[in-house]
Amino acid sequence: MIHTERLTRHFVSKKETIEAVKGVDIDVAAGELVAFLGPNGAGKSTTLRMLTTLLPPTSGKAWVAGASITTEPALVRSRIGYIGQGDGAGHGFRVMDELVTQGRFYGMNASDSHTRAKELTKTLDLTSLEKRRVSTLSGGQRRRLDIALGLMHRPGLLFLDEPSTGMDPHNRANLWEHIDALRDRQETTIVLTTHYLEEADFHAERVLVIDHGEIIANDTAANLKATLAGDRIAVTVDGSDLAAASAVVATRGSDLTTSNGSREVTIAGRFDQGTRMLPWLLRELDHVGVDVRAADVRVPTLDDVFLSLTGRSLREESEVAV
Amino acid sequence: MSAMVADTRAVFQREMSLVLRDPFSVIFSLVQPLVFLGLFGPLLAGSVDPAAIGGASPLQWFLPGVIVMICLFGTSATGSNLLFEIMTGSYERILASPLHRSSILIGKALKELAPLIVQAALVVLVSIPFGFKLYPVHVLAGLLLLGVFGVGMGAFSNALAIAARKREWMFWAVQQSLLFPLLILSGMMLPLEAGPRWIQVLGMFNPLTYIVDAERALFSGSFSDPAIGWAVLAAVLTCAVGLWVGVKQVARSTT
Repeated sequence: MIHTERLTRHFVSKKETIEAVKGVDIDVAAGELVAFLGPNGAGKSTTLRMLTTLLPPTSGKAWVAGASITTEPALVRSRIGYIGQGDGAGHGFRVMDELVTQGRFYGMNASDSHTRAKELTKTLDLTSLEKRRVSTLSGGQRRRLDIALGLMHRPGLLFLDEPSTGMDPHNRANLWEHIDALRDRQETTIVLTTHYLEEADFHAERVLVIDHGEIIANDTAANLKATLAGDRIAVTVDGSDLAAASAVVATRGSDLTTSNGSREVTIAGRFDQGTRMLPWLLRELDHVGVDVRAADVRVPTLDDVFLSLTGRSLREESEVAV
Repeated sequence: MSAMVADTRAVFQREMSLVLRDPFSVIFSLVQPLVFLGLFGPLLAGSVDPAAIGGASPLQWFLPGVIVMICLFGTSATGSNLLFEIMTGSYERILASPLHRSSILIGKALKELAPLIVQAALVVLVSIPFGFKLYPVHVLAGLLLLGVFGVGMGAFSNALAIAARKREWMFWAVQQSLLFPLLILSGMMLPLEAGPRWIQVLGMFNPLTYIVDAERALFSGSFSDPAIGWAVLAAVLTCAVGLWVGVKQVARSTT
């Protein structure tokens, strides 16, 4: 569905060249849900804007939905749906009018467009708002309308740029219900950008981690976490048991760390499948006579993945940016 | 080509829904030309030597100027709507659609021109009892000429909006500083013949001067005035260059 070769974009600002995207190679198969994850300014949106033909690449090639973004941009546009960061619907227009004209923009006739718009207002719970002016809608309602606009022409490939930025948790959950439903009902390929770890973690089938214009990891969230972060088990024991406990933890754990309390010490190590290893570890510690005072398993998040890849926390960066 | 026409129609109909859903805006747009005609017309009649306006009746002379002025005001300001759409995000959605880039510009300009037909009809009807002589075919030809010119002006206005998208105040600053010299130097409101020679020379370099002259000739029932040929050329050039600049700007507008 998507294939890029050394896709690159530079921006020139005050005589300084900024390499926003540095020759990325991306492949997305039909039917996938892929998330571009990275901090603000990493190049996610720039990549998405090139794939949707909104921004011409500085160099490199890309084929999207069977057409080249550089030589056949109009063909690409007719085959994809795009939901941007702003309000897709014009503020002065009525909800239904915008939906119907959107269909016409993609070559549908007026009656097909009207039927399709009716279908979508029903699925996206917009029926009672059809005659309302867009400017009078709430943030959540506008986002649902954006999705309806993006789906009017039934695109086989849908791009969403930061779909849930600025939404409250309730509306975000609601948005994801619709996106997930879309994936279940139809064979729609979805590519989205996000800096919310949980979204990429729970919803995407594959995560491309982007940082400084490069793809630094590309796998399922589960694999990324298993290979790049791993589960961590921490046990707290009496200070006098430090050596004995560390020896047991080290038999199957790696990357050991210890932190000293006033009299107790906590030893942590990285394990495969931490929740399954914990009972074994406790039995072994008991066997050598170590009295375990507390135990904890921490399952990694994609933030740990990002941290292990870049040495920086994604969470901190996105919070600073907001 | 037929796809481009369909695209232009879709953009035009979208824009028109704004006007049709809000009839008050139509009523308001009708008041403006009447105010100019009713308040400025008598002043002009009282202060200008009839010889300077070729011995015509002031109404016959001034009315076409008012219609050109409405066209100029409407089409040159159309970029402000685009600027708003750029800021809120709907412009980006439109760019992501397969619409022909020139259709986006033409459709938007036509929206400013459609009310012009209604406004012109009203101004003409109101003026007939005061001695305005109506030549319907000539007036229609005059509106067609203005339509071609207006599409070009609209495209220039949208190009300016895109150029000013990161500093919105720039749009109005540039639009206003160009609009009034263009308007005054075209002899639209007061005859250039009454002014000094240098004003007349400047007016010769203003494409709008030829449009105004041609509209006056057409509204007084003449197809043979040489000004009409020049006006057609000025309108076609404005339209072609405007669309060329506009489409170039649209392509650059997301960077």
